[in-house]
Amino acid sequence: MAKPSVMIVGGGLAGMAAAMKLAELDCEVAVMSLTPLKRSHSACAQGGINSVNNLTRQLGDNEGKHFEDTVYGGDFLQHQPPVKEMADWAPRIINLMDRLGVTFNRTPEGFRDQRRFGGTLYRRTAFAGATTGQQLLYALDEQVRRWEVAGKLRKFEDWDFLGPILDEQGRLRGCVGQDMITMRIRAFPADALILAVGGCGLLFGRSTNSMACNGSAASRAFQAGARYANGEFVQVHPTAIPGADKLRLISESARGEGGRIWVPRKPQDPRPPTRIPENQRYYFLEERYPQYGNLLPRDIATREIFKVCLTEGLSVETDRMCVYLDVTALPREVLDQKLAGILEIYERFQGADPRVTPMKIFPAVHYSMGGLWCDFEANAAGGLNVGSPRNQHTNVPGIFAIGECDYQFHGANRLGANSLVACLFSGLTVAPGVVAYSDNLPGGDARDQTAALYDRATAKYQAEYKALLARPDGGPNPYRLHTELGQLMTRIATVVRHNAELADGYGKICAMEEKARACSLADHGEWANQNVVFLRALQDMFPLAKTIVKGALARDECRGAHYKPEFEMPAVEATDPAERRRQAEAWCERFADNNRRWLKSTVAAWSSDGEPQISYEEVDTRLVRPRPRLYGVVGGDVIEQVWKERERTAKAKAEAVPSASERGPG
Amino acid sequence: MNTTSNSSSFHRPIASDCQPGQRFYVRVLRQDGPRKRRYWQRFALEYEADMNCISVLQRIAENPRTDDGRDVAPVAWECNCLEEVCGACTMLINGWVRQACTALVAQLLQDRPGEIELRPMTKFPVLRDLVVDRSRIFAILEKILAWVPVDSYYDLGPGPRQSQEAQQMAYLYSKCMSCGCCLEACPQFLKIELEYREGETPEAYNARLRTANMRAYIGSHAIAQVELFNSNPIGAMNATERLDALVAEGGIQVCGNSQNCVRVCPKGIPLTTAIARAGRAATRHIFRKWFDR
Ligand SMILES: Cc1cc2nc3c(=O)[nH]c(=O)nc-3n(C[C@H](O)[C@H](O)[C@H](O)COP(=O)(O)OP(=O)(O)OC[C@H]3O[C@@H](n4cnc5c(N)ncnc54)[C@H](O)[C@@H]3O)c2cc1C
Ligand code: SF4
Ligand code: SF4
Ligand code: FES
Repeated sequence: MAKPSVMIVGGGLAGMAAAMKLAELDCEVAVMSLTPLKRSHSACAQGGINSVNNLTRQLGDNEGKHFEDTVYGGDFLQHQPPVKEMADWAPRIINLMDRLGVTFNRTPEGFRDQRRFGGTLYRRTAFAGATTGQQLLYALDEQVRRWEVAGKLRKFEDWDFLGPILDEQGRLRGCVGQDMITMRIRAFPADALILAVGGCGLLFGRSTNSMACNGSAASRAFQAGARYANGEFVQVHPTAIPGADKLRLISESARGEGGRIWVPRKPQDPRPPTRIPENQRYYFLEERYPQYGNLLPRDIATREIFKVCLTEGLSVETDRMCVYLDVTALPREVLDQKLAGILEIYERFQGADPRVTPMKIFPAVHYSMGGLWCDFEANAAGGLNVGSPRNQHTNVPGIFAIGECDYQFHGANRLGANSLVACLFSGLTVAPGVVAYSDNLPGGDARDQTAALYDRATAKYQAEYKALLARPDGGPNPYRLHTELGQLMTRIATVVRHNAELADGYGKICAMEEKARACSLADHGEWANQNVVFLRALQDMFPLAKTIVKGALARDECRGAHYKPEFEMPAVEATDPAERRRQAEAWCERFADNNRRWLKSTVAAWSSDGEPQISYEEVDTRLVRPRPRLYGVVGGDVIEQVWKERERTAKAKAEAVPSASERGPG
Repeated sequence: MNTTSNSSSFHRPIASDCQPGQRFYVRVLRQDGPRKRRYWQRFALEYEADMNCISVLQRIAENPRTDDGRDVAPVAWECNCLEEVCGACTMLINGWVRQACTALVAQLLQDRPGEIELRPMTKFPVLRDLVVDRSRIFAILEKILAWVPVDSYYDLGPGPRQSQEAQQMAYLYSKCMSCGCCLEACPQFLKIELEYREGETPEAYNARLRTANMRAYIGSHAIAQVELFNSNPIGAMNATERLDALVAEGGIQVCGNSQNCVRVCPKGIPLTTAIARAGRAATRHIFRKWFDR
């Protein structure tokens, strides 16, 4: 068999993990990226990477619990086999990163140190200072360079992916890209295309994401026929700081190391925070969720911060919403050795030293749980059949999706420090599947295709590019339009969602999309024209924006990051025990009923009329049964109890009736 | 963690005397393409809360009109992370080489009221405006074998145990984001910019450029990376080859020890410590090679 030739778009953690593994498996690998690989967005990840480890194991932890925390954290919306496999691989992946020289923090005895992160009670998170993503990214960048020197891999940095090339049967045969300096457009023949193109935070204008996270590449694949799933699930991180260009993250690790969130009990108490005595501080997360405290999953923590500021009027400042994130009580060496990176960010941008005065933070758009739909092949144990070409394979034969741009691992809400591991896992394990796929392709491999196929594709994008350059002056300004889109998306499709606003917003997005088609360029040159790249990306934001909003509008429930007050489950408020029980029973009934209707992945397909078509797919919950997601909230115990009883009864009933296989055919 | 004098003076508390709406000017040294004529343009902007040089360039992109009312092409520049971890947005701001994303307008205007000056780095060929070609930095990393040569990516257990001190030291070096500030400031690091010869193919040109890059001075970022990989227990297994590269043409001997580099490194990397340590290792290496002959 000839060596498979594989194009990877995206050189973040996921893309580079796939690249080095494919090079090891003796493929011809090419990697394309908007930025030099070493400058990819993954460098921003601060807090760490999760896996079960020797220490947590002895405290009762195991891979199964990591898996369970992840699906419970994701409100059971993810197919379980890929998540199980990821949790199983996580310790091995961290070991590999350790061998590659990642500078993980150490214990005095020389082992890797771990911290606690949100949504778990175990210290599973390995970290390298407060720049874990950067350190992991560099280790992979080094390996990729090593393969490049060995002649096994080629890089196309500062290239914009324009679209896949499909043959008449709809099979992938390569892709087209544009050099962002020379503006040359060319085709890249390939047997398989792996999209590792990251998230789409720029749809929301300002977010915690980098400037390359514009969703353009995923959108281009979507418009070429790949499905996009669970787009409406967008993570809003509880703790970020404002900026004119970006909302900068203050990692969950600040809380993992002991940082606490609070507001003064007296609304807008004018005293400096350090002068407000303990008993006049409201540690609202700790009071409402004593078990998880400041380390709740992000969706819940974010909503609580919203509530405290908006509903209860307890924002620290009058003219701006924010709460305190306080690390001033932590030991100096913890701050310096484990959190320096993030404290520096705060200091640099806010001009105050978080070691001596509490930080002021507010939630910001952070991560996209949704992404390109992809398949998997389960094994008998309920994990994955690693090496199967179905894993991470989109519905378009030959296009795979990995990393933040796939929808596979995080369901309705991602747990902190689970993305880096998902990126590395999907990147490393997609490789053998891609090799298997490329073996014996129907219609031969890329080399067997006609030159005309590639020429046609190049000509199409070339014509589009020329048409952009030739647009008349005087049209709308693309940068202002982007700001408008971002403001709208942030208002209607983040923490709190209302159907009326979503419906109205959808219309506005369509109008903006129309406007974008008339936008003019300020630069008509054919050299390093950033205007062209930006406007093209902006146009491609609309299909994803529409998918997110349409999915959110259709989903009449609350799940993970998707929250509609209209459909919120009522709290059990009665004090009389019998009445409490009745309310809890009604609650559980409604919960079960809602799951029957909505425990489904949203799957969008782009139709030729320029609208996303939405359908739903059952979620594979073969390993753990969905249950109410309460995180020990005060007053939630009665629900928990009733639910357990219901499950026991259901189980007993199921055992009494012989199962279908025992009954035999007939 | 020790930060350099430079980075702490850059990141002083923010002056509050900048008011939203306050007008200021930005002068940009522009260049339409490689080896083209350079020219200045000035833009008038209004101050916004939390403004940095990235938002300045974003405002110019939104409305590319000079202060004397001419519509011009927007200024080209590079950026990605916007929080000083990717190294992309490096440029000369009021004459200092640094990242645009952490250059806060309020501070800049406090130091030099009324106007901010943006220029591309001078040690790398300009591609357009503030965008320069820094591929040479990555070529240097190839030369010094900046990676850990593991056997394979299969599961072979954890990496070697390490002391906290070793980790802290390695972490200092491994934060290098290849931004090139240290190279911009270094008197020994000189710009390489080749012109196409008549009839030359891109391949031939690239090969010529590569040879030139490989022979020229590697700079202190690379010396620090040699220290990083040679102190890693697995990386140490090919320390000899790295030391060979360190003493080859364009190696550590070119350093004149002027210590400009350490003063501009935004990540506070102890470059002069690295130079001193690598220098001793290089000397030992040369002696050993000499005696082994
Ligand atoms: C501030 C911050 C902190 C975080 N901290 C953590 C953490 O502590 N732990 C954790 O687990 N997760 C964390 N995350 C999430 C995690 O960093 C990301 O989900 C992850 O890095 C995504 O990696 P990726 O490889 O999928 O994509 P990215 O690293 O985003 O890379 C995408 C790649 O695709 C390329 N690309 C995109 N579009 C195109 C195009 N049109 N043409 C060509 N190339 C293109 C880009 O150039 C880039 O190389 C954090 C996220 C943020 C924003
Ligand atoms: S110490 Fe060496 S590397 Fe640093 S600036 Fe001086 S000559 Fe350059
Ligand atoms: S050593 Fe410092 S200045 Fe030099 S490239 Fe690295 S981070 Fe930049
Ligand atoms: S944009 Fe990454 S360092 Fe400034």
